[in-house]
Amino acid sequence: MAAQSDPHGSDFSAAELEFLAEDETIEIVPNMRMDALDLTCGIFGPFYPQITTQVPMWLAVAMKKRGKCTIRPPEWMSVEKLTQVLEAERDSQKSFQPLPFHYVETSRLLFDHARDDIPDIYMVRSLIEDIKDVRFHKIGTGLEVISQRTAALKLEHLTAMEVNIVRPFVVRALQTFYKLDNPEITQEPDARANRRFPSANHGPKVTAIEKVDEPCSQVMVDNCFSTVSTFLGELVIGCQQSRYN
Amino acid sequence: MTLRLQHRRRAKQGFRKTRGSNQMDSGAWDGSAAAAEDHESLSSTNDAELLKRAWRTEKAAPEILQFEAGLVQRSREQIQLVVKTPMVMNNDDLGPSMLVYLKWKHIKWRCLREGNVEDFVARGSDPLIVSLNQMDMDRTLYLLRSYLRTRLQKIEKYMFHIHKNTELWNRLSEQEQKFAQRCIEDLEDHFDKSVLSKLPDRYKSSVKQSVISEEDDMGNAFILRKLMLVTFFSYPSWFVVYMFMQIPEPQLDTYLICRTKGSLGALQLDDRQSIIFFGGVEDPVDLDPGDLYAVRYKSIKPLVYSGQIELV
Repeated sequence: MAAQSDPHGSDFSAAELEFLAEDETIEIVPNMRMDALDLTCGIFGPFYPQITTQVPMWLAVAMKKRGKCTIRPPEWMSVEKLTQVLEAERDSQKSFQPLPFHYVETSRLLFDHARDDIPDIYMVRSLIEDIKDVRFHKIGTGLEVISQRTAALKLEHLTAMEVNIVRPFVVRALQTFYKLDNPEITQEPDARANRRFPSANHGPKVTAIEKVDEPCSQVMVDNCFSTVSTFLGELVIGCQQSRYN
Repeated sequence: MTLRLQHRRRAKQGFRKTRGSNQMDSGAWDGSAAAAEDHESLSSTNDAELLKRAWRTEKAAPEILQFEAGLVQRSREQIQLVVKTPMVMNNDDLGPSMLVYLKWKHIKWRCLREGNVEDFVARGSDPLIVSLNQMDMDRTLYLLRSYLRTRLQKIEKYMFHIHKNTELWNRLSEQEQKFAQRCIEDLEDHFDKSVLSKLPDRYKSSVKQSVISEEDDMGNAFILRKLMLVTFFSYPSWFVVYMFMQIPEPQLDTYLICRTKGSLGALQLDDRQSIIFFGGVEDPVDLDPGDLYAVRYKSIKPLVYSGQIELV
Protein backbone atom coordinates (compact mmCIF):
# COMPACT_ATOMS: atom_id res chain seq x y z
CA MET A 1 0.00 0.00 0.00
CA ALA A 2 1.04 3.53 -0.63
CA ALA A 3 3.11 5.16 2.07
CA GLN A 4 1.83 8.24 3.83
CA SER A 5 3.39 11.40 2.61
CA ASP A 6 4.88 14.07 4.82
CA PRO A 7 2.13 15.06 7.23
CA HIS A 8 3.08 18.73 7.15
CA GLY A 9 3.21 19.28 3.43
CA SER A 10 0.22 19.08 1.18
CA ASP A 11 2.04 17.21 -1.54
CA PHE A 12 1.55 13.60 -2.39
CA SER A 13 4.20 10.93 -2.27
CA ALA A 14 5.09 9.04 -5.42
CA ALA A 15 3.46 5.96 -3.97
CA GLU A 16 0.23 7.87 -3.38
CA LEU A 17 0.22 9.07 -6.96
CA GLU A 18 0.69 5.52 -8.11
CA PHE A 19 -2.24 4.55 -5.95
CA LEU A 20 -4.36 7.15 -7.71
CA ALA A 21 -3.13 6.03 -11.10
CA GLU A 22 -4.17 2.48 -10.33
CA ASP A 23 -7.79 3.57 -10.54
CA GLU A 24 -7.50 4.51 -14.20
CA THR A 25 -9.17 1.96 -16.44
CA ILE A 26 -7.36 -0.16 -18.96
CA GLU A 27 -8.34 -2.88 -21.42
CA ILE A 28 -7.57 -6.49 -20.67
CA VAL A 29 -8.10 -9.76 -22.52
CA PRO A 30 -9.00 -12.42 -19.97
CA ASN A 31 -8.18 -16.05 -20.59
CA MET A 32 -10.75 -17.53 -18.27
CA ARG A 33 -14.42 -17.23 -17.52
CA MET A 34 -15.53 -15.32 -14.48
CA ASP A 35 -18.71 -13.62 -13.38
CA ALA A 36 -18.89 -9.89 -13.04
CA LEU A 37 -17.08 -8.47 -10.01
CA ASP A 38 -19.14 -6.19 -7.85
CA LEU A 39 -16.59 -3.87 -6.28
CA THR A 40 -16.77 -0.58 -4.43
CA CYS A 41 -15.46 1.23 -7.47
CA GLY A 42 -18.01 -0.26 -9.86
CA ILE A 43 -19.07 -3.48 -11.51
CA PHE A 44 -16.50 -5.02 -13.81
CA GLY A 45 -16.85 -7.93 -16.16
CA PRO A 46 -18.26 -10.48 -16.75
CA PHE A 47 -15.08 -11.95 -18.12
CA TYR A 48 -14.99 -14.27 -21.11
CA PRO A 49 -11.87 -15.69 -22.74
CA GLN A 50 -10.56 -13.51 -25.59
CA ILE A 51 -13.20 -10.81 -25.13
CA THR A 52 -11.69 -7.46 -24.15
CA THR A 53 -13.09 -5.65 -21.17
CA GLN A 54 -12.31 -2.49 -19.20
CA VAL A 55 -11.03 -2.80 -15.64
CA PRO A 56 -9.10 -0.55 -13.26
CA MET A 57 -5.35 -0.79 -13.45
CA TRP A 58 -4.92 -2.47 -10.08
CA LEU A 59 -7.36 -5.20 -11.07
CA ALA A 60 -5.57 -5.68 -14.37
CA VAL A 61 -2.21 -5.97 -12.64
CA ALA A 62 -3.57 -8.37 -10.02
CA MET A 63 -5.07 -10.62 -12.67
CA LYS A 64 -1.97 -10.40 -14.80
CA LYS A 65 0.19 -11.49 -11.88
CA ARG A 66 -1.98 -14.58 -11.54
CA GLY A 67 -1.76 -15.25 -15.27
CA LYS A 68 -5.46 -14.72 -15.83
CA CYS A 69 -5.27 -12.12 -18.55
CA THR A 70 -3.13 -10.12 -20.90
CA ILE A 71 -3.14 -6.35 -20.75
CA ARG A 72 -3.81 -4.24 -23.84
CA PRO A 73 -1.46 -1.29 -23.68
CA PRO A 74 -3.42 1.95 -24.09
CA GLU A 75 -3.54 3.58 -27.51
CA TRP A 76 -1.12 6.35 -26.68
CA MET A 77 1.55 3.81 -25.78
CA SER A 78 2.28 2.81 -29.36
CA VAL A 79 5.56 3.68 -31.05
CA GLU A 80 3.89 5.87 -33.71
CA LYS A 81 1.82 7.89 -31.27
CA LEU A 82 4.74 8.42 -28.95
CA THR A 83 7.04 9.45 -31.80
CA GLN A 84 4.45 12.01 -32.86
CA VAL A 85 4.14 13.31 -29.33
CA LEU A 86 7.89 13.53 -28.93
CA GLU A 87 8.28 15.45 -32.17
CA ALA A 88 5.49 17.83 -31.24
CA GLU A 89 7.02 18.34 -27.81
CA ARG A 90 10.35 19.18 -29.38
CA ASP A 91 8.80 21.49 -31.96
CA SER A 92 7.05 23.86 -29.65
CA GLN A 93 8.91 25.49 -26.83
CA LYS A 94 5.81 26.87 -25.18
CA SER A 95 3.04 24.35 -25.15
CA PHE A 96 2.72 20.80 -23.98
CA GLN A 97 1.09 17.88 -25.71
CA PRO A 98 -2.01 16.50 -24.01
CA LEU A 99 -1.06 13.20 -22.41
CA PRO A 100 -3.02 11.06 -19.96
CA PHE A 101 -2.91 12.62 -16.51
CA HIS A 102 -1.12 9.63 -15.03
CA TYR A 103 1.05 8.73 -18.01
CA VAL A 104 4.27 8.37 -16.03
CA GLU A 105 2.73 6.09 -13.44
CA THR A 106 0.72 4.05 -15.92
CA SER A 107 3.70 3.37 -18.14
CA ARG A 108 5.79 2.53 -15.12
CA LEU A 109 3.21 0.04 -13.85
CA LEU A 110 2.95 -1.58 -17.25
CA PHE A 111 6.72 -1.82 -17.64
CA ASP A 112 6.94 -3.44 -14.25
CA HIS A 113 4.11 -5.91 -14.51
CA ALA A 114 3.21 -6.45 -18.14
CA ARG A 115 6.46 -6.38 -20.08
CA ASP A 116 5.44 -9.15 -22.42
CA ASP A 117 2.20 -7.43 -23.43
CA ILE A 118 3.80 -4.29 -24.82
CA PRO A 119 5.08 -4.53 -28.38
CA ASP A 120 8.50 -2.91 -28.92
CA ILE A 121 8.92 -2.38 -25.22
CA TYR A 122 12.46 -0.97 -25.44
CA MET A 123 11.46 1.53 -28.07
CA VAL A 124 8.35 2.56 -26.13
CA ARG A 125 10.31 2.86 -22.97
CA SER A 126 13.01 5.06 -24.41
CA LEU A 127 10.42 7.23 -26.16
CA ILE A 128 8.58 7.80 -22.90
CA GLU A 129 11.86 8.60 -21.19
CA ASP A 130 12.64 11.14 -23.89
CA ILE A 131 9.21 12.72 -23.69
CA LYS A 132 9.58 13.00 -19.96
CA ASP A 133 12.98 14.65 -20.27
CA VAL A 134 11.83 17.13 -22.89
CA ARG A 135 8.79 18.05 -20.84
CA PHE A 136 10.73 18.48 -17.61
CA HIS A 137 13.19 20.69 -19.38
CA LYS A 138 10.36 22.83 -20.74
CA ILE A 139 8.75 23.02 -17.32
CA GLY A 140 12.04 24.17 -15.87
CA THR A 141 12.39 27.01 -18.36
CA GLY A 142 8.65 27.71 -18.27
CA LEU A 143 8.73 28.45 -14.56
CA GLU A 144 10.77 31.57 -15.27
CA VAL A 145 7.53 33.34 -16.20
CA ILE A 146 6.51 33.53 -12.58
CA SER A 147 6.72 37.18 -11.67
CA GLN A 148 5.19 39.67 -9.37
CA ARG A 149 2.17 40.12 -11.56
CA THR A 150 1.29 36.45 -11.51
CA ALA A 151 -2.02 35.98 -9.76
CA ALA A 152 -2.34 32.44 -10.91
CA LEU A 153 -0.40 30.06 -13.04
CA LYS A 154 -1.98 27.94 -15.68
CA LEU A 155 -0.34 24.56 -15.98
CA GLU A 156 -1.85 23.46 -19.25
CA HIS A 157 -1.60 19.74 -20.01
CA LEU A 158 0.78 19.02 -17.19
CA THR A 159 0.43 15.60 -15.65
CA ALA A 160 0.19 14.35 -12.09
CA MET A 161 3.83 13.47 -11.58
CA GLU A 162 5.12 16.67 -13.14
CA VAL A 163 2.78 18.79 -11.07
CA ASN A 164 3.82 16.96 -7.95
CA ILE A 165 7.49 17.59 -8.62
CA VAL A 166 7.15 21.31 -9.30
CA ARG A 167 4.54 21.87 -6.62
CA PRO A 168 6.80 22.83 -3.71
CA PHE A 169 8.66 25.31 -5.86
CA VAL A 170 5.67 26.85 -7.60
CA VAL A 171 3.74 27.23 -4.40
CA ARG A 172 6.60 28.80 -2.52
CA ALA A 173 7.58 31.12 -5.33
CA LEU A 174 4.02 32.39 -5.85
CA GLN A 175 3.59 32.78 -2.12
CA THR A 176 6.78 34.76 -1.79
CA PHE A 177 5.80 37.07 -4.61
CA TYR A 178 2.39 37.48 -3.08
CA LYS A 179 3.90 38.40 0.27
CA LEU A 180 6.28 40.87 -1.28
CA ASP A 181 3.38 42.45 -3.08
CA ASN A 182 1.24 42.73 0.04
CA PRO A 183 3.56 44.07 2.70
CA GLU A 184 0.74 44.38 5.22
CA ILE A 185 0.77 40.62 5.65
CA THR A 186 4.39 40.54 6.70
CA GLN A 187 3.89 43.67 8.76
CA GLU A 188 1.15 42.24 10.87
CA PRO A 189 3.22 40.52 13.55
CA ASP A 190 5.17 43.73 14.10
CA ALA A 191 2.03 45.73 14.62
CA ARG A 192 0.85 43.26 17.15
CA ALA A 193 4.14 43.31 18.95
CA ASN A 194 4.16 47.10 19.12
CA ARG A 195 0.65 47.24 20.44
CA ARG A 196 1.67 45.24 23.42
CA PHE A 197 4.56 47.30 24.61
CA PRO A 198 2.82 50.45 25.91
CA SER A 199 1.23 48.53 28.73
CA ALA A 200 4.54 47.30 29.99
CA ASN A 201 3.96 48.52 33.53
CA HIS A 202 1.58 45.64 34.19
CA GLY A 203 4.54 43.40 34.46
CA PRO A 204 7.28 42.31 32.14
CA LYS A 205 6.28 40.19 29.20
CA VAL A 206 8.23 37.97 26.98
CA THR A 207 9.84 40.35 24.55
CA ALA A 208 8.76 39.87 21.00
CA ILE A 209 11.61 40.35 18.64
CA GLU A 210 10.56 42.20 15.54
CA LYS A 211 10.68 40.37 12.32
CA VAL A 212 13.55 41.38 10.11
CA ASP A 213 11.46 41.64 7.00
CA GLU A 214 11.59 44.70 4.82
CA PRO A 215 8.70 44.85 2.44
CA CYS A 216 9.63 44.19 -1.15
CA SER A 217 13.17 45.38 -1.42
CA GLN A 218 15.08 44.87 -4.61
CA VAL A 219 17.47 42.61 -2.75
CA MET A 220 14.70 40.25 -1.87
CA VAL A 221 13.38 40.12 -5.39
CA ASP A 222 16.88 39.32 -6.56
CA ASN A 223 17.12 36.62 -3.94
CA CYS A 224 13.93 35.20 -5.29
CA PHE A 225 15.39 34.92 -8.73
CA SER A 226 18.53 33.27 -7.51
CA THR A 227 16.34 30.80 -5.62
CA VAL A 228 14.54 30.15 -8.87
CA SER A 229 17.71 29.36 -10.70
CA THR A 230 19.17 27.19 -7.96
CA PHE A 231 15.88 25.38 -7.75
CA LEU A 232 15.95 24.62 -11.45
CA GLY A 233 19.31 22.97 -10.95
CA GLU A 234 17.95 20.93 -8.08
CA LEU A 235 14.90 20.06 -10.11
CA VAL A 236 16.99 18.52 -12.85
CA ILE A 237 19.05 16.53 -10.35
CA GLY A 238 15.93 15.56 -8.47
CA CYS A 239 14.29 14.32 -11.63
CA GLN A 240 17.27 12.23 -12.46
CA GLN A 241 17.29 10.64 -9.07
CA SER A 242 13.58 10.15 -8.75
CA ARG A 243 12.21 6.69 -8.99
CA TYR A 244 10.13 7.61 -11.95
CA ASN A 245 12.95 8.41 -14.26
CA MET B 1 -25.85 -6.90 -5.27
CA THR B 2 -28.99 -5.11 -4.22
CA LEU B 3 -27.31 -3.61 -1.21
CA ARG B 4 -24.39 -2.32 -3.21
CA LEU B 5 -26.73 -0.70 -5.69
CA GLN B 6 -28.62 0.92 -2.90
CA HIS B 7 -25.37 2.22 -1.57
CA ARG B 8 -24.56 3.76 -4.86
CA ARG B 9 -27.93 5.37 -5.14
CA ARG B 10 -27.62 6.76 -1.66
CA ALA B 11 -24.19 8.03 -2.47
CA LYS B 12 -25.62 9.93 -5.39
CA GLN B 13 -28.37 11.47 -3.29
CA GLY B 14 -26.05 12.36 -0.47
CA PHE B 15 -23.72 14.02 -2.86
CA ARG B 16 -26.47 16.11 -4.44
CA LYS B 17 -27.63 17.18 -1.05
CA THR B 18 -24.29 18.45 0.15
CA ARG B 19 -23.76 20.23 -3.11
CA GLY B 20 -27.17 21.86 -2.86
CA SER B 21 -26.50 23.26 0.57
CA ASN B 22 -23.05 24.45 -0.34
CA GLN B 23 -24.15 26.36 -3.36
CA MET B 24 -25.92 28.81 -1.10
CA ASP B 25 -22.59 29.98 0.22
CA SER B 26 -21.29 30.81 -3.19
CA GLY B 27 -24.09 32.82 -4.69
CA ALA B 28 -21.89 34.31 -7.35
CA TRP B 29 -21.42 30.98 -9.02
CA ASP B 30 -25.03 29.98 -9.47
CA GLY B 31 -25.11 30.09 -13.24
CA SER B 32 -22.24 27.79 -13.82
CA ALA B 33 -23.10 25.56 -10.90
CA ALA B 34 -25.94 23.85 -12.73
CA ALA B 35 -23.75 23.00 -15.67
CA ALA B 36 -21.07 21.70 -13.37
CA GLU B 37 -23.58 19.53 -11.61
CA ASP B 38 -24.67 17.89 -14.85
CA HIS B 39 -21.11 17.16 -15.70
CA GLU B 40 -20.74 15.85 -12.19
CA SER B 41 -23.65 13.46 -12.15
CA LEU B 42 -22.56 12.02 -15.47
CA SER B 43 -19.04 11.24 -14.40
CA SER B 44 -18.34 9.95 -10.96
CA THR B 45 -20.95 9.17 -8.43
CA ASN B 46 -19.76 6.05 -6.71
CA ASP B 47 -18.43 6.11 -3.20
CA ALA B 48 -14.92 5.06 -4.10
CA GLU B 49 -14.62 8.08 -6.36
CA LEU B 50 -16.15 10.43 -3.80
CA LEU B 51 -13.90 9.14 -1.05
CA LYS B 52 -10.88 9.55 -3.25
CA ARG B 53 -11.84 13.13 -3.98
CA ALA B 54 -12.51 13.89 -0.33
CA TRP B 55 -9.12 12.46 0.58
CA ARG B 56 -7.30 14.40 -2.08
CA THR B 57 -8.99 17.66 -1.22
CA GLU B 58 -8.41 17.19 2.49
CA LYS B 59 -4.76 16.46 1.89
CA ALA B 60 -4.23 19.45 -0.34
CA ALA B 61 -6.26 22.07 1.53
CA PRO B 62 -4.45 24.00 4.23
CA GLU B 63 -7.44 24.21 6.58
CA ILE B 64 -9.73 21.53 7.89
CA LEU B 65 -12.77 20.90 5.70
CA GLN B 66 -16.26 19.70 6.45
CA PHE B 67 -16.27 16.11 7.67
CA GLU B 68 -17.91 13.85 5.08
CA ALA B 69 -20.05 12.03 7.61
CA GLY B 70 -22.37 10.25 5.18
CA LEU B 71 -19.58 9.17 2.92
CA VAL B 72 -17.43 7.82 5.74
CA GLN B 73 -20.40 6.01 7.22
CA ARG B 74 -21.24 4.36 3.91
CA SER B 75 -17.63 3.38 3.24
CA ARG B 76 -17.42 1.85 6.71
CA GLU B 77 -20.55 -0.18 6.07
CA GLN B 78 -19.21 -1.40 2.77
CA ILE B 79 -15.91 -2.40 4.29
CA GLN B 80 -17.68 -4.26 7.04
CA LEU B 81 -19.73 -6.06 4.45
CA VAL B 82 -16.62 -7.31 2.69
CA VAL B 83 -14.66 -7.99 5.86
CA LYS B 84 -17.36 -10.28 7.14
CA THR B 85 -17.50 -12.21 3.88
CA PRO B 86 -14.09 -13.92 4.00
CA MET B 87 -14.72 -14.78 7.64
CA VAL B 88 -17.70 -16.79 6.57
CA MET B 89 -15.69 -18.27 3.76
CA ASN B 90 -13.05 -19.55 6.15
CA ASN B 91 -15.66 -21.57 7.96
CA ASP B 92 -15.16 -24.80 6.12
CA ASP B 93 -18.61 -26.16 6.71
CA LEU B 94 -20.72 -23.97 4.53
CA GLY B 95 -24.40 -24.66 4.20
CA PRO B 96 -26.91 -24.54 7.01
CA SER B 97 -24.39 -23.36 9.62
CA MET B 98 -23.50 -20.41 7.46
CA LEU B 99 -27.10 -19.40 7.18
CA VAL B 100 -27.40 -19.57 10.96
CA TYR B 101 -24.26 -17.53 11.31
CA LEU B 102 -25.57 -14.90 8.96
CA LYS B 103 -28.93 -14.82 10.66
CA TRP B 104 -27.32 -14.37 14.00
CA LYS B 105 -24.71 -11.84 12.93
CA HIS B 106 -26.40 -9.51 10.48
CA ILE B 107 -30.02 -10.10 9.88
CA LYS B 108 -30.51 -7.06 7.77
CA TRP B 109 -27.68 -7.87 5.44
CA ARG B 110 -28.89 -11.44 5.00
CA CYS B 111 -32.41 -10.31 4.21
CA LEU B 112 -31.23 -8.05 1.47
CA ARG B 113 -28.95 -10.64 0.09
CA GLU B 114 -31.12 -13.71 0.66
CA GLY B 115 -32.03 -14.28 -2.95
CA ASN B 116 -28.37 -14.53 -3.76
CA VAL B 117 -27.03 -16.75 -1.02
CA GLU B 118 -26.59 -19.86 -3.17
CA ASP B 119 -24.91 -17.89 -5.88
CA PHE B 120 -22.81 -16.13 -3.27
CA VAL B 121 -21.55 -19.39 -1.77
CA ALA B 122 -20.55 -20.65 -5.19
CA ARG B 123 -18.77 -17.45 -6.11
CA GLY B 124 -17.16 -16.96 -2.77
CA SER B 125 -15.40 -20.28 -2.86
CA ASP B 126 -13.26 -19.10 -5.76
CA PRO B 127 -10.02 -17.88 -4.18
CA LEU B 128 -9.39 -15.46 -7.05
CA ILE B 129 -12.66 -13.62 -6.47
CA VAL B 130 -12.10 -13.56 -2.74
CA SER B 131 -8.64 -12.09 -3.14
CA LEU B 132 -9.78 -9.50 -5.68
CA ASN B 133 -12.59 -8.45 -3.37
CA GLN B 134 -10.07 -8.27 -0.59
CA MET B 135 -7.82 -6.00 -2.62
CA ASP B 136 -10.73 -3.75 -3.43
CA MET B 137 -11.56 -3.56 0.24
CA ASP B 138 -7.95 -2.84 1.17
CA ARG B 139 -7.89 0.09 -1.20
CA THR B 140 -11.04 1.61 0.25
CA LEU B 141 -9.75 0.96 3.74
CA TYR B 142 -6.49 2.70 2.95
CA LEU B 143 -8.29 5.73 1.56
CA LEU B 144 -10.56 5.92 4.55
CA ARG B 145 -7.70 5.63 7.03
CA SER B 146 -5.57 8.13 5.25
CA TYR B 147 -8.49 10.55 5.09
CA LEU B 148 -9.16 10.29 8.81
CA ARG B 149 -5.48 10.45 9.63
CA THR B 150 -4.95 13.57 7.57
CA ARG B 151 -7.77 15.21 9.47
CA LEU B 152 -6.33 14.15 12.81
CA GLN B 153 -2.97 15.62 11.87
CA LYS B 154 -4.64 18.92 11.04
CA ILE B 155 -6.62 18.85 14.26
CA GLU B 156 -3.51 18.20 16.31
CA LYS B 157 -1.72 21.02 14.61
CA TYR B 158 -4.47 23.62 14.79
CA MET B 159 -6.46 22.45 17.81
CA PHE B 160 -6.56 25.78 19.62
CA HIS B 161 -7.51 27.63 16.48
CA ILE B 162 -10.26 25.17 15.61
CA HIS B 163 -11.58 25.19 19.13
CA LYS B 164 -11.88 28.97 19.17
CA ASN B 165 -13.79 29.17 15.89
CA THR B 166 -17.30 27.73 15.95
CA GLU B 167 -17.52 27.34 12.21
CA LEU B 168 -14.38 25.26 12.10
CA TRP B 169 -15.40 23.37 15.21
CA ASN B 170 -18.65 22.33 13.56
CA ARG B 171 -16.75 20.87 10.66
CA LEU B 172 -15.41 18.12 12.90
CA SER B 173 -17.21 14.88 13.48
CA GLU B 174 -18.32 14.01 16.97
CA GLN B 175 -15.35 11.75 17.58
CA GLU B 176 -12.98 14.34 16.23
CA GLN B 177 -14.44 16.95 18.56
CA LYS B 178 -13.85 14.61 21.45
CA PHE B 179 -10.33 14.01 20.29
CA ALA B 180 -9.60 17.72 19.94
CA GLN B 181 -11.13 18.42 23.33
CA ARG B 182 -9.02 15.79 25.02
CA CYS B 183 -5.93 16.91 23.18
CA ILE B 184 -6.40 20.44 24.45
CA GLU B 185 -7.14 19.30 27.96
CA ASP B 186 -4.12 17.04 28.08
CA LEU B 187 -1.81 19.71 26.76
CA GLU B 188 -3.12 22.32 29.18
CA ASP B 189 -2.88 19.87 32.01
CA HIS B 190 0.68 19.08 31.05
CA PHE B 191 1.69 22.74 30.90
CA ASP B 192 -0.05 23.40 34.14
CA LYS B 193 1.56 20.58 36.02
CA SER B 194 5.02 21.13 34.67
CA VAL B 195 5.37 24.91 34.70
CA LEU B 196 2.38 27.19 34.74
CA SER B 197 1.24 26.33 38.25
CA LYS B 198 4.57 27.57 39.54
CA LEU B 199 4.24 30.98 37.90
CA PRO B 200 2.54 34.02 39.42
CA ASP B 201 -1.21 34.28 38.89
CA ARG B 202 -1.29 36.61 35.97
CA TYR B 203 0.85 34.37 33.77
CA LYS B 204 -1.11 31.22 34.34
CA SER B 205 -3.19 30.97 31.18
CA SER B 206 -1.90 28.48 28.70
CA VAL B 207 -3.09 30.50 25.73
CA LYS B 208 -2.10 33.99 26.84
CA GLN B 209 1.25 35.41 27.69
CA SER B 210 -0.20 37.33 30.57
CA VAL B 211 -3.58 38.57 31.79
CA ILE B 212 -3.20 41.79 29.86
CA SER B 213 -2.82 40.14 26.47
CA GLU B 214 -5.75 41.08 24.29
CA GLU B 215 -5.31 38.12 22.06
CA ASP B 216 -4.48 34.53 22.62
CA ASP B 217 -0.83 34.62 21.82
CA MET B 218 0.14 31.24 23.16
CA GLY B 219 3.19 32.86 24.60
CA ASN B 220 3.74 30.83 27.71
CA ALA B 221 2.59 27.49 26.54
CA PHE B 222 4.65 27.17 23.46
CA ILE B 223 7.71 28.95 24.66
CA LEU B 224 7.73 26.83 27.76
CA ARG B 225 7.13 23.66 25.87
CA LYS B 226 9.97 24.57 23.61
CA LEU B 227 12.17 25.34 26.58
CA MET B 228 11.38 22.08 28.21
CA LEU B 229 11.66 19.83 25.23
CA VAL B 230 14.65 21.30 23.53
CA THR B 231 17.75 22.44 25.27
CA PHE B 232 17.23 26.11 25.59
CA PHE B 233 20.48 27.18 24.03
CA SER B 234 20.29 25.00 20.99
CA TYR B 235 18.00 27.57 19.37
CA PRO B 236 18.52 31.31 19.44
CA SER B 237 15.95 32.58 21.89
CA TRP B 238 14.39 35.06 19.44
CA PHE B 239 13.64 32.17 17.16
CA VAL B 240 11.70 30.42 19.85
CA VAL B 241 9.83 33.58 20.74
CA TYR B 242 9.06 34.42 17.17
CA MET B 243 7.98 30.96 16.16
CA PHE B 244 5.45 30.57 18.90
CA MET B 245 4.05 34.01 19.30
CA GLN B 246 0.59 33.03 18.17
CA ILE B 247 -1.69 30.09 18.13
CA PRO B 248 -0.82 28.04 15.08
CA GLU B 249 -3.31 28.78 12.33
CA PRO B 250 -3.62 27.32 8.87
CA GLN B 251 -2.19 29.57 6.22
CA LEU B 252 -5.05 30.43 3.89
CA ASP B 253 -2.87 32.65 1.77
CA THR B 254 -1.02 29.72 0.42
CA TYR B 255 -1.12 28.72 -3.21
CA LEU B 256 -2.20 25.32 -4.37
CA ILE B 257 -2.71 23.44 -7.54
CA CYS B 258 -6.22 22.66 -8.60
CA ARG B 259 -8.16 21.31 -11.52
CA THR B 260 -11.41 22.85 -12.70
CA LYS B 261 -14.40 20.74 -13.52
CA GLY B 262 -16.92 22.26 -15.88
CA SER B 263 -16.55 25.86 -16.95
CA LEU B 264 -16.53 28.39 -14.16
CA GLY B 265 -16.23 31.66 -15.98
CA ALA B 266 -14.01 34.43 -14.75
CA LEU B 267 -12.40 34.10 -11.37
CA GLN B 268 -12.20 36.90 -8.86
CA LEU B 269 -8.53 37.14 -8.20
CA ASP B 270 -7.00 40.05 -6.32
CA ASP B 271 -6.08 43.19 -8.12
CA ARG B 272 -3.72 41.45 -10.45
CA GLN B 273 -6.04 40.16 -13.10
CA SER B 274 -3.84 37.93 -15.10
CA ILE B 275 -3.12 34.29 -15.41
CA ILE B 276 0.22 33.40 -16.79
CA PHE B 277 0.68 30.48 -19.11
CA PHE B 278 3.79 28.50 -19.25
CA GLY B 279 4.68 30.11 -22.52
CA GLY B 280 4.53 33.54 -20.89
CA VAL B 281 1.21 34.39 -22.53
CA GLU B 282 -1.16 36.29 -20.30
CA ASP B 283 -4.86 35.95 -20.23
CA PRO B 284 -7.74 37.42 -18.27
CA VAL B 285 -8.63 35.03 -15.56
CA ASP B 286 -11.01 32.61 -17.19
CA LEU B 287 -10.93 29.14 -15.84
CA ASP B 288 -11.27 26.61 -18.62
CA PRO B 289 -12.74 23.26 -17.73
CA GLY B 290 -10.36 20.45 -16.98
CA ASP B 291 -7.20 22.51 -16.78
CA LEU B 292 -4.66 22.82 -14.04
CA TYR B 293 -4.00 26.07 -12.26
CA ALA B 294 -1.86 27.21 -9.40
CA VAL B 295 -4.06 29.69 -7.50
CA ARG B 296 -4.29 31.21 -4.09
CA TYR B 297 -6.43 29.11 -1.78
CA LYS B 298 -8.39 32.09 -0.50
CA SER B 299 -9.68 33.05 -3.91
CA ILE B 300 -11.07 29.61 -4.73
CA LYS B 301 -12.26 28.64 -1.26
CA PRO B 302 -16.02 28.71 -2.05
CA LEU B 303 -15.41 26.61 -5.14
CA VAL B 304 -13.54 24.03 -3.12
CA TYR B 305 -16.37 23.89 -0.60
CA SER B 306 -18.96 23.38 -3.33
CA GLY B 307 -16.86 20.73 -5.05
CA GLN B 308 -16.57 22.60 -8.32
CA ILE B 309 -12.83 22.62 -8.14
CA GLU B 310 -10.66 19.65 -7.45
CA LEU B 311 -7.42 20.02 -5.59
CA VAL B 312 -4.63 18.00 -7.07
